[in-house]
Amino acid sequence: MKISVIITLKKDVLDPQGKVIHQTLDGMGFEDLNEVRQGKYFEIDTKETDNDKAKAKVEEMCEKLLANLVIENYKIIDPK
Amino acid sequence: MKSSVITFPGSNCDRDMDVALKKFGFKNKMVWHADAELPKSDLVVLPGGFSYGDYLRCGSMASKSKIMQSVINFANSGGMVMGICNGFQILVETGLVPGVLLRNKYLEFICKNVFVKINDKKNKYFKNVDNEVLEFHIAHNEGNYFCTNDQLKEIEDNNQIAINYCDKNGKIEDQFNPNGSLKNIAGIFNKEKNVLGMMPHPERMIDTSLSGEDGSLFFKNLINNLK
Repeated sequence: MKISVIITLKKDVLDPQGKVIHQTLDGMGFEDLNEVRQGKYFEIDTKETDNDKAKAKVEEMCEKLLANLVIENYKIIDPK
Repeated sequence: MKSSVITFPGSNCDRDMDVALKKFGFKNKMVWHADAELPKSDLVVLPGGFSYGDYLRCGSMASKSKIMQSVINFANSGGMVMGICNGFQILVETGLVPGVLLRNKYLEFICKNVFVKINDKKNKYFKNVDNEVLEFHIAHNEGNYFCTNDQLKEIEDNNQIAINYCDKNGKIEDQFNPNGSLKNIAGIFNKEKNVLGMMPHPERMIDTSLSGEDGSLFFKNLINNLK
């Protein structure tokens, strides 16, 4: 089963990379942007076949390694 | 005095630290990250470098390596643990010191000498250092210290800020902040002050033929404080 995770910076955390991407997009003519924030995306392929169990495991992975909860939020996308 | 320097895959200041510690009288051992047991030590150092290629977040992988459980236990029982640069990043990822280190504010890798002001001397790292201001070297891409407001309050209430970026006279201002760190923070303690994480490299300032000797002051003082 494949589970995806999206990790984003919390609202108040400075994202200099997102800012530069925003500026570049602006320079390319995409001028109506309010903000760009950069994040991370993971695809985790697990042997677990039970949806809830798999999700719980991935949640544990997020808490322990994939995200740093001081600055990041994670969102687990429902397994297909 | 016995010290241990942990080498992770991608550490590159481990041997410099070994040279520095030995120069000032430590009997130092190099310890591999995959080892489980820490040799008997009075000081454990997590050196600078790019452990695990800085994958995911700087220090995140190294913080989960086998030796780190022993280092965490050692720290929690009052042992002296110092993390320099990438070592600081590893320390924040273990949670031994609060906060995180973000990408530098202007997205540049910074490599230069800086001045830092010692904020607190009631600890074994800086007790009896005569100077208020030290000149150290920094070389990092992710040294922008950040923490939540609640953490900041706790850090300030417990006087956990170790050193701040400043000018040569000790003036702490925004213009002397190289990387955007909150409150110009360059180094921070845990609550008990036996764990120190800092971005500057004292081991690069131990010889006049390199770039200065303020690191010598630091190490000489450190070994005396540990005796």
